[in-house]
Amino acid sequence: MSTKQALGAHRYARHGPSVLIAVLCLALGLAIATQVRRTNAGDTLTDQRPQDLVVLLDGLQQREAALRREIADAEAALSRLRASGDSTAAALAEAQRRADALAVLAGTVPAAGPGLEIEVVDPQRGVAPADLLDAVQELRAAGAEAIQVGPVRVGVDSAFTGSTGAVRLDGSTLGSPLTVLAIGDPPTMAAALNIPGGVVDTVERAGGTVQIRERDRVHVTALRTIRTPQYARPAG
Amino acid sequence: MIGILALLLGVLLGLWLDPTVPAWVQPYLPIAVVAALDAVFGGLRARLDGIFDAKVFVVSFVSNVVVAALIVLLGDELGVGAQLSTAVVVVLGIRIFSNAAAIRRHLFRA
Repeated sequence: MSTKQALGAHRYARHGPSVLIAVLCLALGLAIATQVRRTNAGDTLTDQRPQDLVVLLDGLQQREAALRREIADAEAALSRLRASGDSTAAALAEAQRRADALAVLAGTVPAAGPGLEIEVVDPQRGVAPADLLDAVQELRAAGAEAIQVGPVRVGVDSAFTGSTGAVRLDGSTLGSPLTVLAIGDPPTMAAALNIPGGVVDTVERAGGTVQIRERDRVHVTALRTIRTPQYARPAG
Repeated sequence: MIGILALLLGVLLGLWLDPTVPAWVQPYLPIAVVAALDAVFGGLRARLDGIFDAKVFVVSFVSNVVVAALIVLLGDELGVGAQLSTAVVVVLGIRIFSNAAAIRRHLFRA
């Protein structure tokens, strides 16, 4: 206060400049606030020098080129992998096809298709293992692809055992009436069974009857378990 | 004192109004702010030394801002804008520091 009064004489002389000082300081405060705002907003690209912008642009272009190269490399790798994937898929499909065929042959999967449904009735228990073996042989000779005798799927290692009237297939006793399912060409297989002196004749001589029905679709559902060879090993 | 009040008022006004800066001012604004700060600290020191002169303050304020802007402009034209801006900021920063040191000695006697 005392300073102010002491300077009172100069008040008019100071009046103009102090207003000017206030205006300048106001402008400075405004400028500081604005600049801080702008810097915080991150909009710093607009007030950068052309040289800096050129350097920035150059860096961005180099980065873009590098990324484009990377894209091209990745696309080449993709098409390469896709091509090899195609050949792998083809090999896989072929392998799957062969596995399916072998599975039907080995009896590890159910099979369906046109074929015969054969019913063997043997009231006098006169059918011998050899007769059923003959039946299977005839069916196979006529092109049967999957055969089921009673509850047993016939596989590559099937064997008929037992005695006349109590035939066993792979250890399980076959009863009467006995249903034999065979997938293959129905007329061919029916003809093979019906030839004079063939299976039908033999069974009828033993006192039984054989009924052959041709079916458009026969389901062979009995399965075999895969037996791991104990002695035989792939050779060569 | 009126200057400090006006400064605070200006900051508040700037925060409140959020004015847009014209494109041709944008490169010079940061340097001009630093130069003006230098003038303000110089004025504060002069006031504490008892040799404050309003005319000198106004002239130094304006000339500081103008010269700083001109140096930046010249630097841009010569292709050394970034370096000259740095030089201006360094020099003004040193001056602000020395003024602040003088003010500190006055206020705290240390």
